[in-house]
Amino acid sequence: MNCTEFLSKLTDYFDGQIDPSLLAEVKAHLGTCHHCEVVVDTTRKTIDVYRGAAAYEFPQELADRLRAAVMERCRATGKLPDIKTK
Amino acid sequence: MALQTTTVAKDPQHPIDPAAGAVPQPEVSPDLMLVKQARAGDSGAFEQLVMQYERQIFRTALHITQNREDAEDITQDVFFKAFQKLNQFQGNSKFSTWLVRIAVNESLMRLRKRRSSKTVSIDQDVETDGGSIPRDFAEWRPNPEQNYSQAQLAEILRRTIAGLPPGFRTVFTLRDIENLSTEETAAALGLSVPAVKSRLLRARLQLRERLSRYFRRNEASE
Ligand SMILES: [Zn+2]
Repeated sequence: MNCTEFLSKLTDYFDGQIDPSLLAEVKAHLGTCHHCEVVVDTTRKTIDVYRGAAAYEFPQELADRLRAAVMERCRATGKLPDIKTK
Repeated sequence: MALQTTTVAKDPQHPIDPAAGAVPQPEVSPDLMLVKQARAGDSGAFEQLVMQYERQIFRTALHITQNREDAEDITQDVFFKAFQKLNQFQGNSKFSTWLVRIAVNESLMRLRKRRSSKTVSIDQDVETDGGSIPRDFAEWRPNPEQNYSQAQLAEILRRTIAGLPPGFRTVFTLRDIENLSTEETAAALGLSVPAVKSRLLRARLQLRERLSRYFRRNEASE
């Protein structure tokens, strides 16, 4: 397996959707290729950083305001007569 | 014999009595239950659905449009449209996936309006391999994000993802930030699974390449 072939398997490798024989090849390549090892580590970190960081805050005040606006529009249609089903 | 057995009348229109609480309904997801209640005119049920998903819808819209005002408008529009089309939701997909699909369409439409000369679609700019081939092989510092304040980091992440073509940005957002499965992402975007995988790979690699300049071990200007 060369670096290009390795990269083409990267998504499946991350998602754990790779069949065992291919996984062995992927791991073998990683064991010998520092560049690909760095790509794997830093790509994983990239995903983690995006996942962990609230790059966009969504304050409660905004949530409440948007929800109130939505509910007002929905009620204005007359299709939400406030029937209690619970 | 006048022994009367009192049988509970089963109303085929309303087989589930939520008040009873004892009827096992393993097939019906809580969301589908809320959708049914909302269809019947229960505003509390619909409000519950809005509450559950407004954050996800807002973030998705913001990631795609990169504009807060647009994202606020889109979030409202998405839930209003969903409300109007509630009868069309069949429960074949998750309610959240259905909402995300509406959000993606609304967001792309909004982008199109902003750049009226240019067509923006999920397919835009994705045919080139530019920037997807790793060039930077520098190792990163351990916990490199800790070298920045929260505000600085947020700005770096925003600017970095804003540089991706919308088609890549959207796939990365749904799959990696909002944690949709590959299949759900494909369904929400109307793409094939291989197309999602290919875009995801290129999105991840491009982001990695761009972040490397902030996170690499050496030569980093603090
Ligand atoms: Zn390699």
